[in-house]
Amino acid sequence: MKDDKKIIKKGVSRRGFLKGAGLTTAGTIVLQTGVLAKTKENSVQSKTVGPGPVNVEMNVNGKTRSLTIEPRSTLAQALRDEIQLTGTKMVCDRGACSACTVWVDDIPVNACMTFAMDVGDRKVVTIEGLAENGKLHPIQEAFIDHDATQCGYCTPGMIMSTAHLLKENPNPTLEDVKHATRGNYCRCGTYPHVFKATLAAAKKIK
Amino acid sequence: MDTKKIKMPYGISEDAITEVEREVPLNEPDAWPVNEKLKHVGKRVKRLDAYAKVTGEARYTSDIQLSGMLIGKMLISAHPNAKIRSIDTSAAEKLPGVYAVHVIKNEEEEAYPVVRYAGQPIAAAAAVTEAVAEEAVRLIKVDYDTRPFVVDIEKAMDPEAPVVYEAPVEQKASEGGEEIESGLKLTGNVRGPNEGRPRGELTSGFAEADIVVENTYRTQVQTHNALESHGMIVDWKPDGVTIYASTQGTQGVRNEFADLFDLPRSKVRVLVEFMGGGFGAKHGLGTHGAAAGHLAKKTGRPVKMMATRKEEQISQGNRPNSIHHLKVGVKKSGELTAIEQKSYGTAGVGLGAGVGGVAQSMYTCPNFKTAQYDVFTHAGPGAAWRAPGAVQGIFGLEQMMDELAEKIGIDPLAFRDKVDPSRVRKAGRKVGAERMDWSRRKPTGSDPGIIKKGIGMAQSSWWRIHSINATAEVKIFKDGAIEVRSGVQDIGTGTKTILAQVVAEEFGLEPEDIMVRIGDTLFPDAPGSGGSQVTASITPAARNAAYQAKLKLFNMVASNLETDVSDLKAADGYIFSSKDETKKMTFKEALKSMPVSQITATESRTKEYDGDYLHWDLGAVQFVELSVDTETGFIKIDKVVAAHSCGRPINITQLESQINGGIIQGISYAIYEDRILDRNTGHMVNHTLDTYKVPYAMDIPEIDIALMEDYNAKSSTDAYGIGEPSNIATAAAIANAVYNAIGVRIKEIPITPAKVLEALNKA
Ligand code: FES
Ligand code: FES
Repeated sequence: MKDDKKIIKKGVSRRGFLKGAGLTTAGTIVLQTGVLAKTKENSVQSKTVGPGPVNVEMNVNGKTRSLTIEPRSTLAQALRDEIQLTGTKMVCDRGACSACTVWVDDIPVNACMTFAMDVGDRKVVTIEGLAENGKLHPIQEAFIDHDATQCGYCTPGMIMSTAHLLKENPNPTLEDVKHATRGNYCRCGTYPHVFKATLAAAKKIK
Repeated sequence: MDTKKIKMPYGISEDAITEVEREVPLNEPDAWPVNEKLKHVGKRVKRLDAYAKVTGEARYTSDIQLSGMLIGKMLISAHPNAKIRSIDTSAAEKLPGVYAVHVIKNEEEEAYPVVRYAGQPIAAAAAVTEAVAEEAVRLIKVDYDTRPFVVDIEKAMDPEAPVVYEAPVEQKASEGGEEIESGLKLTGNVRGPNEGRPRGELTSGFAEADIVVENTYRTQVQTHNALESHGMIVDWKPDGVTIYASTQGTQGVRNEFADLFDLPRSKVRVLVEFMGGGFGAKHGLGTHGAAAGHLAKKTGRPVKMMATRKEEQISQGNRPNSIHHLKVGVKKSGELTAIEQKSYGTAGVGLGAGVGGVAQSMYTCPNFKTAQYDVFTHAGPGAAWRAPGAVQGIFGLEQMMDELAEKIGIDPLAFRDKVDPSRVRKAGRKVGAERMDWSRRKPTGSDPGIIKKGIGMAQSSWWRIHSINATAEVKIFKDGAIEVRSGVQDIGTGTKTILAQVVAEEFGLEPEDIMVRIGDTLFPDAPGSGGSQVTASITPAARNAAYQAKLKLFNMVASNLETDVSDLKAADGYIFSSKDETKKMTFKEALKSMPVSQITATESRTKEYDGDYLHWDLGAVQFVELSVDTETGFIKIDKVVAAHSCGRPINITQLESQINGGIIQGISYAIYEDRILDRNTGHMVNHTLDTYKVPYAMDIPEIDIALMEDYNAKSSTDAYGIGEPSNIATAAAIANAVYNAIGVRIKEIPITPAKVLEALNKA
């Protein structure tokens, strides 16, 4: 995958490791390390904050949101508890299921493994921000058409993973789709329909 | 009851469909023709709530935040067997932000319950945030008097083993779970035997056999691991309690809550709009629901208690393991002469580890005897999980059938043709064999090379379970709106959508025209999602209610159309006279002309038209193709073909989704997952999602589903569920395919690489 190459160059600093561990798809953490450590400086990196709540601003789904969070809050907690964006799900809270996948500067990360304070001025996109002006993303439509959701609890994470794949690779093979969703856990077993839906969406976009 | 005689379709699509006459209640509609002739039923209608799910708008219990809501956390036992001397909650209560602490006590004696497994809930605290509640729980001091314990089933069967219960215990089965026989003897930790329904006589049966095979099969404990954990929000107001529950049974939660707190059922309302997976484990109030109730009562604030992932794995249910002995006699001609079965299984501190149903009922055999035992261990309680008992039972039985076929020298499919009376499985074997191309299956162990391919099959049965305690209300409004209401829940199976399809079919409208409101005990009662009974129970109720509402409407508009009520029909958005189709009006016009603002009809499921109660014939046949790497021991599942029946299928795509899920969970059971308890501490060592091995995208094979229409003329929809049937045969089919690939039988799951290598080394 393109990201892997882009990111691996940055190397693994200890802080970078912690931050980058938020990247989606368990098992490839080391490869994708360092996203949040790259280039931009975090607004709060140099001053000491906490342990009490602090006010931060975050760009979520194209809007600037004010949040009051404890410095230990993960991005998943901040999104769910502070601004009620509960489409992002928390299941394992340790980077093993990708139910919490969101995009930070267009890279899928596990929001449960990312400190909210480390987001800084990067752009966060959640499942609620994927549809544009009320028009569903082709992946969302394809998930409906091919019944790629059962209980639906893994669905936001699956969609954030597959929608990102199509951005990076408009002509995915079945193997590419499996690769892109390899960290997404679904107990209902929607995988075959997720694969079908993603391949169908790719065709439609073309 | 007034009845009428009607003709109904009867038979299997892959075989032949004829007609049968049934005497049915007068107030129920005439039979639908076969699916081909219907507009919405049996079609690929899109899931109605998919939009909410793909946009993140769907609100699950875990997502709900109420104003003033507190978060509750549970203190769980650190020891597997202990008496509690004292519990000191004072520090926790003093912590700023803590509103209440609740200590779990036995109802009658007001005593602390005995701790019987590591992870057993002991107390709960409610606080302003999750972090404060967690801190409060850490501050609760428990003085334990610890005792010896046993977590291993075989050790627990030893008469010297520490006992889990001092006196015989009775428990009720969880909804959809294996029947629990009452009054059985308890010897040490071993409860039983449950002797099922024996028939014939074994000694003469085995004497008649040309070949007798005896084997022991073992299955592991697996944990449900739904994505949304167990949990509830209890909002206790003076005039009534509202509960938001991650549940697969609204009325079960209401009834248990009302009983526990001595409230009339009318004062308890249970809601579940979206629910993140259950698979059998989410029936009833549960530990977290009860604790939330106590804390809400104490604080006067809404309290939310969701289980942590660790608690989910330890205390919120699992599929019991099994040690399953089978001895079967067969004649060279292929007749079974005797089946003797004995099984042990542990549901931890719970009951329900029987595996006997399938060996007892599936095949024609005059002599049968069973003895099934539950073994108590110091481990979290089991719970129903998709086809409880049958999944474990089939793992042994279907390997045994393959072995017998091999011993008498006939093909596994041909052998089943001889001993299996099920028409639907016969049809399933035929389509499945074609789609898998069974003829290319090589003789066992003959594939050369390091990676060996194998093909295998297994089949299963499940009951046609239905509940007459299933009611739906249909409302039609003057402005054209149509609503169906029922207390039934949609746990991801697609209940909302099939109700819309059924009602749309009856009215001649589109499924999108129907507003389905379910998952709320303010609406009429319906059964929990267990035993694959929801479709069978609630779709006839909804159709019957729609039919009655339609008749009321016909009565109101017949004079406008100058026709007899009995001539009126509804189809394609119109109401018209079947005698003179020029006499018609749109459905909307008809509604507008109503002299009232709304028509309501409420109807229930009635008993099966043929008087049957439970019929053991929801058949399935699954085929598996796989590759075994004989150097690493890794198994890759290449393809699964599944031929299934569920009566009249209502939504093809949703059924396929559910079958995929059943198969994938079966693959997981066969080769991956295993709950591991540490013998020295009694704790589960792999309770995190990264250590509890399940399949992910890279492990998913191609799945090809043949859904058979199987008309039995039993209700006004003649439809049944697929949740249980889809999960039963997969593990056995995999084991049979592994044998075909490597020529060694592995009789214990999960079939890990280590077990494959060990088997190969022994061979
Ligand atoms: S990976 Fe974030 S909740 Fe599982
Ligand atoms: S749809 Fe239920 S977990 Fe994926």
